[in-house]
Amino acid sequence: MTVIAQTGPGRGGAAVGTVNAGEAAPLAPRARFWSAFAAVYRAQLSRARVARIPLLFVATFQSVGIMVMMRGVVDAGDGEAARAVVAGSSVLVVAFVALNLLAQYFGQLRASGGLDHYATLPVPPAAVVLGAAGAYASFTVPGTLLTAIVGCVLFHLTLTTLWVLAVVIPLAGAALSGLGAALGLLAPRQEIATLFGQLGMSAALLLGVLPASHLPAPIGWVRDLLPSTYGVEAFARTLGGSAGTDWAAVLGDLSVCAAVGVASLAVATRAYRRAACR
Amino acid sequence: MNTGTEDKAPPAVAAARDTVCTVRGLIRTYPAGSGARRRGLRRRGPAAEPALVRASDGIDLDVRRGELFGILGPNGAGKTTLVRQLTGLLRPDAGSIDLLGHDLVRHPDRAARLIGYLGQESIALDELTVSLAAETTGRLRGLGAAAARAARDAVLDELELGTIASRPIKRLSGGQRRLACFAAALVGERPVLVLDEPTTGMDPVARRAVWAALGRRRTENGATVLLVTHNVIEAETVLDRVAVLDHGRVIACDTPAGLRALVADEVRLDLVWRTDPPLDLPEIAALHPLADIAGRRWTLRLPHDHARTTVAQLTAGPAYASLDDFTLATPSLEDVYLALGGRSKGLVKS
Repeated sequence: MTVIAQTGPGRGGAAVGTVNAGEAAPLAPRARFWSAFAAVYRAQLSRARVARIPLLFVATFQSVGIMVMMRGVVDAGDGEAARAVVAGSSVLVVAFVALNLLAQYFGQLRASGGLDHYATLPVPPAAVVLGAAGAYASFTVPGTLLTAIVGCVLFHLTLTTLWVLAVVIPLAGAALSGLGAALGLLAPRQEIATLFGQLGMSAALLLGVLPASHLPAPIGWVRDLLPSTYGVEAFARTLGGSAGTDWAAVLGDLSVCAAVGVASLAVATRAYRRAACR
Repeated sequence: MNTGTEDKAPPAVAAARDTVCTVRGLIRTYPAGSGARRRGLRRRGPAAEPALVRASDGIDLDVRRGELFGILGPNGAGKTTLVRQLTGLLRPDAGSIDLLGHDLVRHPDRAARLIGYLGQESIALDELTVSLAAETTGRLRGLGAAAARAARDAVLDELELGTIASRPIKRLSGGQRRLACFAAALVGERPVLVLDEPTTGMDPVARRAVWAALGRRRTENGATVLLVTHNVIEAETVLDRVAVLDHGRVIACDTPAGLRALVADEVRLDLVWRTDPPLDLPEIAALHPLADIAGRRWTLRLPHDHARTTVAQLTAGPAYASLDDFTLATPSLEDVYLALGGRSKGLVKS
């Protein structure tokens, strides 16, 4: 598109068009990607104060509850099962918020015409999708941290490698929020977006919390297809302490998360573009 | 659509006649019925084509610079479909839209850089505070951080929203919520404002604030305002020109006074009966087929002479005892709409 030279800034700095005969009016500037991303991110984050806190509490409570329940059947101490329970429950918070709640949010926004607000602003689609996905991934930070700490204490695992969550949360968050956004924007109806979000979270719960070696082969394959698995694996590998961790495998798992994140966010951006202008 | 309004245009409009928006032959169809039924029809093969509803059925419009131009029609007339095409949200099946020299059918994305839009839904802003909704919208309209904050403060002051600036929009009353969304629509100046029923649910004070804010933008910046309404009183009092929409067609387009002149030879007589109307009286029986009946209220649109005779008969004769109330009024845009063959009810008078 040709941007025609801007004339006479109006109040607030944007151009107010004046047209001579046969000449197209100047177009107001587009919002730049990073400033639009920051504005959407900040706005979405502020929604947490109004609407999300009870749900964030539920997400954390659910994960902690699962760990307390599993403590009855899994021995404390560094073992595959204990690691799987703690890592699976921690990443479940990410799945609950970033996948389930974001799928519901975009599904609702799409069904009710809420996307029109963004579609009638000169904002890059990727900024809207990434801003919302980033904010939802950020919502998960306190719950995931709390779950991980409680889990490590409950199962006598080391707290020294919890720093790895600083990488796991953003990357698993990107993968799962991208998936959530894509599901919400692609689902033909709001109820279907909600259903897929819930199913995705249930899958993350069932396949993330149980140790892989205890699952039958076909279920293991489904587990391998789930992006949250790689976040769980990366975190679980580190729970035995830094010395015993296969860092290359952690890096490999995190790379899968990153790749799924990039792909799903790209799909979500495309879906947003399609949903916004029909 | 132009219907020879040049002589009646107000001086402010006459001074700036250049056209801001030209719409020609706009058509947009929807398959009738629900999605499930559409899928069912598709399964029966290509012969069973779903019935199509024309939400825009060959619309022509010319909106001039600085005008407060209204699109009036009852629910389902196609107002929102038209506005969604003008704002690049919906692609027309056929026809052209030229806005300030830009072809919006080929480049729907340019609409966002020319238009400030207020839709009917506020769900994207509902959970933000009034202040953050305005500021974020400004940022997304391309303003820098400082400019967005300054524009936010100016608009919130202008609309006297300062006291509720830190409250989430969803916790406000319907009218306040609408005003907060209107504020967001104004942040980041645009040469054209498209507002879909901006004053719904507002009290008179808020409505006045809206009209004053729009007036300032028109006089100071030459902004053009296109607004959708189904409120005839609003349309008569604030709009420069009105396009009356019915079933996806523009059935008239003129100044409110020009439109009312179309039915100047008629008056509206409203009769409200105490109980059942006395149909045994011959003069009442004669009126019955002419009346538009809603409960105990009869609405009649009659030529002046006929109306005078009818009122004389009613007030002097035995029917008077059965009357609870009656009013005689000059025609409103609702009467124009019905006289022009408008087929739906649902225009609001408040």
